[in-house]
Amino acid sequence: MIDWIIKLLMLSSAIFTLLAAVGIIRLPDLLTRMHATTKAGALGIALMMVATMFHFFDAVVFAKGLAVIIFILITAPIAAHAIGRAGYFVGIPVWERTIKDELVHCYDEDTHRLLSGLETEEELEIYRQNLDLKPRIRIKQKTTE
Amino acid sequence: MQFVIYLTFIIFSISMVLVFIRLIIGPTLPDRVVALELLASIIVGMIGAYAIYTDTSSFIDVAIVAALTAFLAAIGFARFLERGGPRND
Repeated sequence: MIDWIIKLLMLSSAIFTLLAAVGIIRLPDLLTRMHATTKAGALGIALMMVATMFHFFDAVVFAKGLAVIIFILITAPIAAHAIGRAGYFVGIPVWERTIKDELVHCYDEDTHRLLSGLETEEELEIYRQNLDLKPRIRIKQKTTE
Repeated sequence: MQFVIYLTFIIFSISMVLVFIRLIIGPTLPDRVVALELLASIIVGMIGAYAIYTDTSSFIDVAIVAALTAFLAAIGFARFLERGGPRND
């Protein structure tokens, strides 16, 4: 009985991963590719870890597998968000049949500022006054005394 | 059981080849980063299958470390892209 559950979990994990790989080959632009890989890949790893838990049926392996699943479920959206944001700002080509791009005039390439489009007049005034303050990585300089 | 494990390895290998194709032809750098991330996911899955195949539970620790390094690499690449730098697609 439990053997069949393990077989089913392993095969479905492999098939979901294959689905993610087919998606990354076939889909037209970066955002749709990430839509395929993030979710299907995370589900593939989770199913395989559940299969290992059932196979060993041990408290230690259960804890380790649960740790992997929780870690994947936390980090996959964060990594996808970071890559998607960076890719959008770098200026990747978007699929030509995209219907809506809500950020199209909100990002300023020179100052690296992102407006939401919902700012009040006062906030826009503050924004205009601080245009010359460019955000950058601050490096502490050693002061020689 | 053996047959199913071999079939799992075969399917994982096919998906790895497909991801490698995207890694080579990918038109921009973010595409390649996404492909690398999915490659790490496939490796974690393969490690799980190998742990079942060899009946050795210690391989799950390797899976944890592989997932961790993949996440750090993705965040590092995103940081690098956003802060700018020499980019040559």
